[in-house]
Amino acid sequence: MEGFFEYFMANRGIIYMVILSVFLGIEVISHVPAILHTPLMSGANAIHGVVIIGAIIVMGHADTTGAMILGFLAVILGTLNVVGGFVVTDRMLEMFKKKK
Amino acid sequence: MNDVSQFSAGISVLEITYILASVLFILGLKMLSHPLTARRGNTLAAAGMIMAIVATILFHSKDGEKIGNIGWILIAIAIGTAIGWVIAKKVKMTAMPQLVSFFNGMGGAAAALISIMEFPHVSSELIARTGMANGHVLAILLGLVIGSVSWAGSMIAFGKLDGRIGDMRVKAMKFVNLTILAGIVVFVAYIMTRDVQASAELMPLIIILFVISVAYGVLFVMPIGGADMPVVISLLNSFTGVAAAMGGFLYSNQAMLTGGILVGSAGTILTVLMCRAMNRSLLNVIVGVFGGGGQAAVNAAGSIREISVPDAAVLLSYSKKVVIVPGYGLAVAQAQHICHELDKLLEEKGVEVKYAIHPVAGRMPGHMNVLLAEADVPYEQLIESDEINPDLPNTDVLVVIGANDVVNPAAEDDPSSPIYGMPIVKARDARNVIVMKRGMGKGYAAIENMLFFNDKTRMLFGDAKSTLQALVNEVKAL
Repeated sequence: MEGFFEYFMANRGIIYMVILSVFLGIEVISHVPAILHTPLMSGANAIHGVVIIGAIIVMGHADTTGAMILGFLAVILGTLNVVGGFVVTDRMLEMFKKKK
Repeated sequence: MNDVSQFSAGISVLEITYILASVLFILGLKMLSHPLTARRGNTLAAAGMIMAIVATILFHSKDGEKIGNIGWILIAIAIGTAIGWVIAKKVKMTAMPQLVSFFNGMGGAAAALISIMEFPHVSSELIARTGMANGHVLAILLGLVIGSVSWAGSMIAFGKLDGRIGDMRVKAMKFVNLTILAGIVVFVAYIMTRDVQASAELMPLIIILFVISVAYGVLFVMPIGGADMPVVISLLNSFTGVAAAMGGFLYSNQAMLTGGILVGSAGTILTVLMCRAMNRSLLNVIVGVFGGGGQAAVNAAGSIREISVPDAAVLLSYSKKVVIVPGYGLAVAQAQHICHELDKLLEEKGVEVKYAIHPVAGRMPGHMNVLLAEADVPYEQLIESDEINPDLPNTDVLVVIGANDVVNPAAEDDPSSPIYGMPIVKARDARNVIVMKRGMGKGYAAIENMLFFNDKTRMLFGDAKSTLQALVNEVKAL
């Protein structure tokens, strides 16, 4: 139990931020029209590609060959998520733009 | 833990960049929810991402040690970019839903890999002080579980939408899944209560946890029907967000935290909104084994009448008002261009043509808008189903192209139907209905459609593209 209390005290700033972000996320999205559900989902999909930062950090401090290989893979997967996500979203929205 | 002690200019720049990136993510999401600003919002969020990545490579340091292996990191990024770019650009618009699912899975897998690599490096000093039961370990394990579930689930969803994997509907599945889920919780608790000197000793357990989570991801998505895939993808999307946020906890990384949590919460709300558009609860989608049964299935003893292509052409050409209801069949057959050609031909003949767009027609909300926009169908011709419904009694011919559940009157008539209460296009209000369909197969909800047996309805069997082509030729010849 102590482990969690200690963790909470050390990270309480972050925990506050997380809770506020939850509400922010809900607020930001709640008035989206049905037409935009798909692009929005796709855009959000690209944003959680931030996980790539974690992959870069692990890879940057990898010391064994095994860790190197896994890290390399993680960076590739993270990049796929980011690049693919944003490009696909852009492609979808490009079609919406053709308003005449 | 004490990040202030390592103060340096580089760290400050990094943290400031993370704040900026977070702001860009928030603005991006906000703008993505309005049609006019959506595209800029996406670009903005992408800019934030690039900033965060570059700053991490340049300025991140752990215990005074800067990021190493930069060459390899850049190569990995280059490979990922090349593959991601090509796939995202090349894939057909109809395959968009599975593509989103695929990329989502990649993010989940990355999160799981990070956890696997971080686990053996939990500081021994922390373990000596608190044992394995601490927040750091919990973040790693949650990242692993959620990331793996998201990865496996997304891959199954991808396979289903791509038609490579069929549905698996076994009633017992519910209990199997709940058991596995409970098993995961117990196993996580087991790992955290082990008495060890170093976390690396527990690596075999971590691998087992990974395997169970993957199995859960697979079994969780397997029984869910194709029509519910968008909801599932959206849900898995928010899972990956949470998994990314776990990484944020691990590294006290603000950008990962805001990005991950934002997507986690926004994704959850989006999932709920999608469910609402289908008038179903999230629980119903996840646990409810969809399809089969319903009273209508028993009563569907009426007869079906077909119409020939020339007759259909005549009927359409001499109408005043025609409404087209597109569905997944149109997308599959890639018939959006030829469909637009038909509507232009009819308009030249003085027929008023409109499209009734059901919010969940196709495989994703907004799917039809994207598809028809690709074929240059003007926006003014696309009418949301709620708006067009009052107009249908004055419509001469309503043409259903490859849509099924969204025009099924069971949603209004049959309280026992799984789609009861879902808003539909009230097709039977029109004077005549032509249904283009490949065969008498059922829609994704796998329920009988009484519209096909209605007196006003004529069936036109065949692939949407070739049938439409034949219709266009016929109309031209008139």
